[in-house]
Formats: sequence, C-alpha cells, structure tokens
Amino acid sequence: MELSPFYQELLPSLNRGLIMTIALIVPSALGGVFIGIVAGTLRAYGNRITRSIGNFYAALFRGTPLVVQLFVLYFGLPNIGLYLSPYMAAVIGFILCSGAYQSEYIRGALLSIKRGQYHGAQALGFSFFQTIFWIIIPQAVRKAIHGCGNEIIYLIKYSSLAYIVTVMELTGEGKTIATEYFRFTEVFMIIGLYYLALVSCAVFILKRIENKLYIPGFGYNR
Amino acid sequence: MHFDLSVVIDSLPYLLQGSAATAVIVCCAMAIGLVIGVVMAVGMVYGPRPVALLLSSYVWFFRGFPVLVLLFLFYFGLFTFLGLNVSALTAVTLVLGMTTGAYQANIFKGAMLSMPKGQYKAARALGMTQTQAIYCIILPQILRMSIPAWSNEYSIILKDSALAFVIGAPEIMARTQFVASRTYQHLPLYITAGLIYFVLTWAGVLLLEKLYRKVRIPGYSQDGFGQ
Amino acid sequence: MSNALSILRISNLKKSYGKNTILHGATLSLHQGEIIVLIGPSGGGKSTLLQCINCLAMPEEGEIFLHDNRVDLQSAGELNELRQKVGMIFQDFNLFDHLTAVDNITVALRKVKKMSKKDALCRARRELDQVGLSDKASLYPAQLSGGQKQRVAIARALAMDPEVLLLDEPTSALDPELVGEVISVIKQLAGNGMTMIMATHQMSLISTLADRILFMENGSIVEQGTPQELLSSDMVSKTRGFCERLNEISPEDL
Ligand SMILES: Nc1ncnc2c1ncn2[C@@H]1O[C@H](COP(=O)(O)OP(=O)(O)OP(=O)(O)O)[C@@H](O)[C@H]1O
Ligand SMILES: [Mg+2]
Repeated sequence: MELSPFYQELLPSLNRGLIMTIALIVPSALGGVFIGIVAGTLRAYGNRITRSIGNFYAALFRGTPLVVQLFVLYFGLPNIGLYLSPYMAAVIGFILCSGAYQSEYIRGALLSIKRGQYHGAQALGFSFFQTIFWIIIPQAVRKAIHGCGNEIIYLIKYSSLAYIVTVMELTGEGKTIATEYFRFTEVFMIIGLYYLALVSCAVFILKRIENKLYIPGFGYNR
Repeated sequence: MHFDLSVVIDSLPYLLQGSAATAVIVCCAMAIGLVIGVVMAVGMVYGPRPVALLLSSYVWFFRGFPVLVLLFLFYFGLFTFLGLNVSALTAVTLVLGMTTGAYQANIFKGAMLSMPKGQYKAARALGMTQTQAIYCIILPQILRMSIPAWSNEYSIILKDSALAFVIGAPEIMARTQFVASRTYQHLPLYITAGLIYFVLTWAGVLLLEKLYRKVRIPGYSQDGFGQ
Repeated sequence: MSNALSILRISNLKKSYGKNTILHGATLSLHQGEIIVLIGPSGGGKSTLLQCINCLAMPEEGEIFLHDNRVDLQSAGELNELRQKVGMIFQDFNLFDHLTAVDNITVALRKVKKMSKKDALCRARRELDQVGLSDKASLYPAQLSGGQKQRVAIARALAMDPEVLLLDEPTSALDPELVGEVISVIKQLAGNGMTMIMATHQMSLISTLADRILFMENGSIVEQGTPQELLSSDMVSKTRGFCERLNEISPEDL
C-alpha cells in the first residue's frame, strides 16, 4: 500500500521528533530524580538553613508554570548575557522543575519512615551508614516509587513544551507539517497517539517495577 | 544588556488584568472538571460495565495527551472540524475543563473505592435508593476527602492555563509576551509573570487547605494535606 | 553488691530533653542471670532509662560498664558493639517493615555480624523455631499479628547472642488474648538463664520472674528490692501500693 505524500512526509518527521523527545526526556528524568533525592533529603533531614533553602526551591518551581521557567531560561537569560541553546534551556528547565516535584515525594517518603525503624536498627548494632543503606533506603524507595514514577509520566507529556522554546521535537515537527498541509485534526491526533504510546509504555514499566518491589504493608498494592 | 525595571512597573497593571482572564479560565475549567469528574466517577464505580469502560477510555485519552497537543488539536482541529466557532478563551477553558475532568474522575473514583462498603449498604438498608445513597451518603464524604487532591489539580490547571497564549488567549502569559517582544525586557517581565502565578498558586492552595480544615469531620480525617 | 560478678553496670546516668531532666542519675548493676523488673507510673522514665542503657537516647552524664570495661560513649564503634551485646525489645516491636520475618533476623546477622547468608538463615530459622513461628518465616510484618510481631522481635534480638536483654513493656501494645503467647516466650527465656531488665506492668511477669524490682518515679529509682521485701504484706511501700492497684485492674493475672 502506497502512503499519500502527506503521510510520507509526516511519519518520518514525527519519528525524528520522537527521537528528540526521548533525547529530552531521558536526561531530564534522570536529572530530576537526582535533584529530587538531594533536595528531598535536605528538606527531610537537613538543618534549618538547608531545609528552608530546599523548601523555597520546591515552592518556587512548583508554584510557577513550567512554560514561564522555560521562557526565563531561554528568552530571559540573554538579558544578562547568558545564551542557552533551545535544547539546553529545555533540559535544564525540565530538570529543575521535575526535581522540585520529585523532592516532594522523596521528602514525604523519608518523613513517613517511623523513628522506631531507626531505633530497631541501632538497637541491633547497625552503624549509621548500615542503617541508611539497609533499612531506610529500601523503605523510602518503595514509598516514593509511585509518586516519582508518576512525575516522570508528567515529564513525558510536558516535554512537549520544548516546542515553545523552538526545540524540534514531536510537537514541533508535527505543528510544522500541520500548518503546511492545513490538516490539524489528523496530525495532532497522531502526535497525541505517539505521546499516549510513550505514556502507556512508561505506565507499564512503572507497574512492573512497583509490582516487583511490592511488599505487604507498603502503599500502592494495585 | 540593560535593565529597565520601569517597564515592569509600567506594564504591571496590564499584566495583572491578564490574571482576570486566567482566573476565568481556571475557575470555569475547574467547575467543568468537577461536574465531569463526579458524574464519570459515579459512572465508573456504579455504572454498568460498558459505560465504565467507555468512561475509562475517556480518562485514558485525556491523561495520555499533553495539554499543548490537546489545545492545538481542539482549537485548530476538532472545533473547526465540528463547525464550532469558539474563541481562544473558550477553547482553552473547554480543553482544560475536559482534561481536569479526566483527572478529577480518577480522584473521585479512588475516594469512592476507598469508602468502606458498609456506608453504602447501611444507606440501602435504611431504604434509600441507589441515587439517594450516592448523593446523600457517599458524595458528601468523598468530596471532603478529595479536597487535597483537588487543590493539587487546581495548581496544575492554573499552571497549564499559562499555555493558553499559544492559541492567543489574552491571559497573563500572552500579555507578558506581548510586552516583552516590544521592550526586550524578557528577564524581569517573565520573572514578574512567574511571581503572579506563584502568588495565585499558593493563595489558592492555602484557601483550599482552609476549606478542608473547615469542612473536615472530626475524627474522620484522611490525614495530611499532601501537596 | 559486688562488682566482680556484674555483667552490666551503669552509674549515675542522667538524661534531659531540653530543660526537663527526665533521668536524675540512675545507678544499677546486674549480674549474670538476674532479672530486674522496672515498674512505676507512666512518664516515670522507664523507657528513657532502658534507652539510655544501650544509648538509643544518649545520656548526658554517667558511665556504662560491660563486664567492668567502661564503654566509651563517644565512640560509634564501641556503641555498636555495646548494642550488639545488649539486645532490646520494644513496646511497638519496630520490626523492619520491608523485610520478611526471617529477613528481619538475618539482616543484622549478615550486615552487623558479617555472617554468611547460609549461616544467618540457619540461625534465623532456629530462633523462629524457638518462638514457635517457623511457619511464618516468609511473611511480612504487615501480615503478622501483634503477638507474632513481638515474638519475631524477640527472635531477632536473641539471634545476636546478647548477654543482656532490655524489654520495654513488651506486652502492652498487644490485644489481651495475644499477651499470653509473648509471656510464655519471655518465661522460657528466663528459664534459659537470660539476663534481663524489663519494664512491665504485667503482674504475672513481676511476681514470677523478678529477682529485683525497681520502682521508678519522676526520673529516679525510689525503691528497690526483692519481690518478697517489697510486696510482703507487713511492708508499706510504693511498690506494693502500685502493684495492688495493678491487681485491681487485672486480678486474674496474679
Ligand atoms: N524524645 C523526647 N523528647 C522530650 N521528652 C521526652 C522524650 N521522650 C520521653 N520524654 C519525656 O520523658 C518522660 C519519661 O518518659 P518515659 O517514656 O521514659 O516514661 P515511661 O516511664 O516509659 O512511661 P510509660 O509507662 O508511659 O511508657 C516523659 O515525661 C516524657 O514526656
Ligand atoms: Mg515507656
């Protein structure tokens, strides 16, 4: 079956866009989780100063739209002589924003581990690092995984905002062709299905991981 | 590289007028979402299987598409395709309303499923109809329970509304962009826009937290105002 | 009391939280096989004293001797060693929620005692067997009843071969019908000659096991002696009054 010229042009550019989208998501997700762990730990266990810095960071990035953050990075920073490439602006924005949300889940997980768990470990002679490594981290991971995974799923969808700072990813590639052929419904339906596929994949993987880590008594049992 | 903060001060009233449009978008979208969410949640939990499946696919669809793509799809595509001539403002409101409707449906569904079955049974045992049981017994409880998640939804929709400028709705972002493109004071202007959103977000969240504490039933609190 | 025989000795332990002094210098020594029961009104400082003995709550003053060797409370290494030799049973169990019953026991054997996986498993099974829970080895804490959790906690502590066991109200978080199974495990321990300090209000434990009773009030040990001394009917003691009130609540326990 021969595809019409429209589709012959659309699908390759969407695939190109998909690769860019993935190139945006992967470093952003990893960076976001990393920042989230650092900020979440500081917010849960830090002293007053680090705690307030962490809280301020999280409130700031959770309280402003991602698109504003991207605009500040991409259009705003040149005002003070800092020029970021569209890709860099997008990834940095995604990492900072996603890190703020991730820190919320990490903090919640750490705070929900009861004092008794530390006491139990200490009473058996665990050292500080042994307690962290064998008792706290395994529990925190299980408590945070659902929220952190969801945050990555949000990130997949919000990666479409990179288009606004001119990164040619899925949405950008699609918009160009939609405008050229004036076929908006079809194109955006197909782009949406691309994202839906990405999201469904991520949901599937997340479920698998959650099930694998599932333990009676730890949160999400579905 | 020169800073002209007077631009910010001069344009502040103009930007703040945009928050009226933002407020309209967010309030209407949340209201639409509430109606869609409650109706769909009831349908998903108590409705017959085909209805539940249909509603779940609605949720799946709106939760899988990015807001930006939905905006383009509906404004440039479907609304035109269906012969609806809607303004950008209306389009944004409808799209955000349908999106948050999907999320709210899930919130309420979760709350309904977490309700002890005894509540529903006791209501039926007293002779209430299914509808009465849902409206008089189940809903008042789950609406209270859902306020924290709902406030989270508010903060998401408020921030999503900042995307309305891509189809030209005249809210905060659109106005900021307009001023910025004329004055080249991007940094201070976008930071100002960010601050306006910051205030709107946390003010709304605090308000809802107040509401939550006010309507909370003593001894029956789902603990913690999460987000 | 002769120090030569003492297995654990604490001297003048003081602890305060903020401005409140909770423990006003507690001194006691414990010899091999002895069972001390701590009683006293709620808030009297029993838990605090027990937690100071293995430094879960760090005392501000005072000294701890294990076999007449002074423990350096500043050294993390010596503290971990002390804690291995002094086992603890908590009121609310403190099982590790992410580990099965058997892994709750093996984790410390492997990570702290550096045992091999096989040896640890073997030891853990033996301890579970001792407390009658071999069939529950692969269940998680969330799947166990309170009494079962406490028995796993006891098995976990015993697997470390402690020389002294501290028990902080081991039965008071349990439903009445589950108290019995934990009491019988504790009695079995006593029969095997385990050295213990136990805070409890369970009359059946006090009257049958205690070699010595310590009555704590407002952070001080205000009375101590053998049960015969403190509970005899011709003696007017706080301990006796307190125990009589306990008996009124649950006379069938005696
Ligand atoms: N971490 C803490 N911070 C501040 N005060 C504390 C702390 N732990 C205990 N206290 C105080 O120390 C006092 C003694 O508490 P402790 O738990 O040792 O009493 P207890 O004799 O074990 O009582 P109970 O029978 O209720 O267990 C109490 O007044 C309590 O409020
Ligand atoms: Mg106590």
